[in-house]
Amino acid sequence: MAGEPPASLRETGLYADWTTKTVGRGNLPYAPQYPLWSDGAVKARWIHIPPGEFIDARDPDSWEFPVGTKLWKEFRIGGRRVETRYIERTPEGWQFAAYLWSEDEAAAPLAPERGARATAEVAPGLRHAVPSRYDCRVCHEGRPVPVLGFTALQLSPDRDRNAPHAERPDRDDVDLRRLVDRGLVRGLAPSLLRNPPRIPARTATERAALGYLYGNCAMCHNARGSLAELGFSLDSPAARRTGDADAVLTAVSRASHFTVPGASGRSERVRPGDPAASAVAVRMGSRRAALQMPPLGTQVVDEEAMRVVRRWIAEDLAERTPQRRASANREEAKR
Amino acid sequence: MRGNGRAGARWRMAALVAGACAAAQGGAAAAEGPSAPAAADAARRGAYLVNGMGCNDCHTPYKMGASGPEPDATRTLSGHPESLAMPPAPPLSGPWMATVAATMTAWAGPWGVSYTANLTPDSETGLGRWTEQQFVDTIRSGRHLGRGRQILPPMPWPAIRNMTDDDLKAIFAYLRTIPPIRNKVPDPLPPASAPAQ
Repeated sequence: MAGEPPASLRETGLYADWTTKTVGRGNLPYAPQYPLWSDGAVKARWIHIPPGEFIDARDPDSWEFPVGTKLWKEFRIGGRRVETRYIERTPEGWQFAAYLWSEDEAAAPLAPERGARATAEVAPGLRHAVPSRYDCRVCHEGRPVPVLGFTALQLSPDRDRNAPHAERPDRDDVDLRRLVDRGLVRGLAPSLLRNPPRIPARTATERAALGYLYGNCAMCHNARGSLAELGFSLDSPAARRTGDADAVLTAVSRASHFTVPGASGRSERVRPGDPAASAVAVRMGSRRAALQMPPLGTQVVDEEAMRVVRRWIAEDLAERTPQRRASANREEAKR
Repeated sequence: MRGNGRAGARWRMAALVAGACAAAQGGAAAAEGPSAPAAADAARRGAYLVNGMGCNDCHTPYKMGASGPEPDATRTLSGHPESLAMPPAPPLSGPWMATVAATMTAWAGPWGVSYTANLTPDSETGLGRWTEQQFVDTIRSGRHLGRGRQILPPMPWPAIRNMTDDDLKAIFAYLRTIPPIRNKVPDPLPPASAPAQ
């Protein structure tokens, strides 16, 4: 286990000049194409790879980061810095921390291990929640590698303009091609540069919906982590550009253990044509503690994403219902 | 949304109360227990912990026996009976915070209504498909499968999470040895004051 994180953000090395908040030149900005929803917080992100080191990308979906790698994610709410999250790969393992900004942004001490409430509100009367250190691990350790927003798919130059809350990259942001050109990512299959990662989808809506599920759900719901045996993956492997996505294969017309309130017949993870009877949409659209998905990190429903996901289920999938249901039934019968 | 936040705060307080009560239980067992058990003794050690810490008090339904309420030995650790549909919980006020079914398997309070889980190794309705790591992660995080929804009161995970990995693994090892019972426990219900979504 890694030891105690630095006592303040200032000690992590993000800024070359704390007073002016000038980010160090070795800390590279980036913007994932499918950002995690955090109740509307505006984010900025940086990565630091130690000089002379590189990311081993031979496995395109589980990059190996060198010891000394650091990542920061800054949250702004109401125009001011509220929190900065921090991950570092130390010789002993990955370390997670959150730093809580003072209201005048003069200081950002380490947040309590059990988490905290910021003063900034994400909705009237609802204060931004800083995660506990254990909750950091709940999300980040659901995959073999705990870095979530810095992947081949997230950094693909073939960006999805329809992604919910799509961010326009700044001029200095690094993407997959720049990282390879600078030697910071090595071992990546050349085919992934010729044909950058892109989620296989039949429509723009489906691509955006699957991308959202990748960015917000697949950290737990994937085929390689601790929940793999659920057989419920919302992942999008970087090298797959054709065929059905994991979400289509493992969610559409598949039985759900969760009982969808008011739905007729058996509960399904995604019922084509019927978002209200689809466990995925119902749970995404809830913020009841025992029901909501994701189960942490958000207190406000992402209405923009809900429109995309509901449209995908109601319209795109409805056209594919008969063959998809027949296929799912055949596969479930074999199990 | 605002109402949801207040309800959340109330039930977190309830979780602390439940956790504090259980700390005395769990603490006594841990203090008395030996060091890490040998792998071969894990299930026996787990049985000792489960029986000594009172897991049956909530996870085995109570029934009325000749001498009063007693655990139903035909439903050991199988959680709230699927067949027992509960009526709405009575409203509480003042210092009264929670109410409980006669079976001890359904609890109502500021967090809503929670039903105790099926801990038997039934593959569809119990822990049959769970891994040891998922069980340990669940207790440590207070989240279903270690990653999902919060575990609701009165489950004293804030106390049990302080146990050693070996003890938690021993409990899981024991739970694999008990008879599987098919019993789908209902999903928890939100507080009555919660918003519609």
